[in-house]
Amino acid sequence: MTLTAKDVAEIMRLLEESSFDSLSLEIDGVKLKLQRGSAPSMPLAPDPPAVPAPEAPAVPSPAKPKIKPAAEPGLAEVVCPLLGIFYRAPKPGEQPFVELGSKVEEDTVIGIVEVMKLMNSVRAGVKGEVVEILCDNGALVEYGEILLRVRLEA
Amino acid sequence: MPIRRILIANRGEIAARVIRTCKTLGIETVLAASEVDLDSLPARLADRTLCIGPARPSDSYLKVDTIVQAALGVKADAIHPGYGFLSERAALARLCEEEGVTFIGPTSKQIDAVGDKLRARAEAQAAGVPIAPGGPVETVGEAMVLGREIGAPLLLKAVSGGGGRGMKRVERVQDLPDAFALAAAEAGAAFGDARVYLERLVAHGRHVEVQILGDGKGGVVHLGERDCSVQRRYQKLIEETPAPLLSEEFRTRIHAAGVRFAERLSYRGAGTVEFLVDLERDAFYFLEMNARIQVEHPVTEAVTGVDLVAEQIAIAEGRPLRLEPRDIRRQGSAIECRINAEDAARDFHPSPGTVQAAVWPAGEGIRVDTHIVSGARVPPFYDSLMAKIIVHGADRSSALERLRLAISQTHVEGVATNLSFHAEVLADPEFERGGVDTSYVPRFLQRRRLPQESYANG
Repeated sequence: MTLTAKDVAEIMRLLEESSFDSLSLEIDGVKLKLQRGSAPSMPLAPDPPAVPAPEAPAVPSPAKPKIKPAAEPGLAEVVCPLLGIFYRAPKPGEQPFVELGSKVEEDTVIGIVEVMKLMNSVRAGVKGEVVEILCDNGALVEYGEILLRVRLEA
Repeated sequence: MPIRRILIANRGEIAARVIRTCKTLGIETVLAASEVDLDSLPARLADRTLCIGPARPSDSYLKVDTIVQAALGVKADAIHPGYGFLSERAALARLCEEEGVTFIGPTSKQIDAVGDKLRARAEAQAAGVPIAPGGPVETVGEAMVLGREIGAPLLLKAVSGGGGRGMKRVERVQDLPDAFALAAAEAGAAFGDARVYLERLVAHGRHVEVQILGDGKGGVVHLGERDCSVQRRYQKLIEETPAPLLSEEFRTRIHAAGVRFAERLSYRGAGTVEFLVDLERDAFYFLEMNARIQVEHPVTEAVTGVDLVAEQIAIAEGRPLRLEPRDIRRQGSAIECRINAEDAARDFHPSPGTVQAAVWPAGEGIRVDTHIVSGARVPPFYDSLMAKIIVHGADRSSALERLRLAISQTHVEGVATNLSFHAEVLADPEFERGGVDTSYVPRFLQRRRLPQESYANG
């Protein structure tokens, strides 16, 4: 068997929910090492020489938005987690993910950022109501650019 | 096709340097900058700055897809990669080729050819360019046979290394088995390629490199050589042109070898063919080719009057070479000091921080390439180069005098620098004589550390 991107995502989720900080897995020569963001790096044994490990399957990283508290209290800014082309809808002609007034939860997808044909979904990261949309569909967005403002739910 | 807008995929002094030439050519500049570089000098000089990601190079300056997406997003005609970062990654050149963005540099195939050091060695041999005795070794047995044939001291080099990375010195042939295993393991870990090759170690070598320009259609010219023998741990600190104390005949031979190598590849763009000059044997050997603009390019510009970045752009536009060999005259002597945020008093320990005050020298024959102004930050994520001070004089001694004065006028507060090291080297009689070899810096530092009585005893 080989690990698919879906498997890796599932393993990551299991690790997230577990009480462990890191996980090492080896299946059919595919090595996977996962570690929680804040976990202290565990002393890893030096890699065995001369055998370049096959790269773990690339997981399209779920783009984590950075949330900035906006100038106005009660508002949060959802900023773009990577540079790319911003799409408000899953496909041309379809309904946008969110509109003004939409209610969002932390994991609500609010848009897609394309980087060289790789689509990265962007999640709201906060719970509340969309009160401002600052990026046009199809526009180039920079890392850290404000995409939306959300009125936080009390 | 004329280039009207360039995305600069770099930072620091080279980003500022490229922007300067673009401005004189009337080309718009878009700087691709990380989060911590948004208020840097290049960001202020560029017509537009895009934030491409967080500070860590792997999240910003090293992301091939992001750089190309940024270029497409702002409708840039071309990407200038500077040096370091993605400048010699074939993946960037290849993606540019696929997406119809002009890469200001060689073709992806040429980058591949010179990136694989064994292949580059084979190309050198095919071009009739001398290479150091040696060859690939796959097993300890092979290494021993070849090692005995060449004789110690030896150098084990990683095929995917370069620029001083992935090299191991072997003093005695009987040390080869251990060294071979270690070198292969390190190469595998560092470059994902465990292949190594063995070469004769030149004990008293000088680093001399030839600047070339190629049009990609077989036309190649050279713009003379640079001597970069003042190195610490393979990092160049002082570079100069012409290389001191070489005979004209030797100089002509080494230039011709550089041109032959580039012709063999039908090289496109600006590049540097590096040689190791073996003083004891009156010979030189091919080291590697750097397929990019070099840090030390300004010394060549000083003596030739050629703007190498402008030539890079012209070549990228598909124009034939604008310079004939007879147009390239080299006048006088030029020397460059690299001013790094490294504490000369503490074994060159990196010293990132905020520069409270920076006063750079000015005057006739003095050029300073820098991105550091008062208040600028030297982030810990990138190399520590703060500025290059370049002087030009009628001859080496007047250039040297000018450089001593320039260094003494330089003043940096807030971060520690290697300015005192430069001042000491420029005052050292051995450096003043010229023609030092690559072991000069460690020797100089050792000599300086010795208390006075050891001199008396010796």
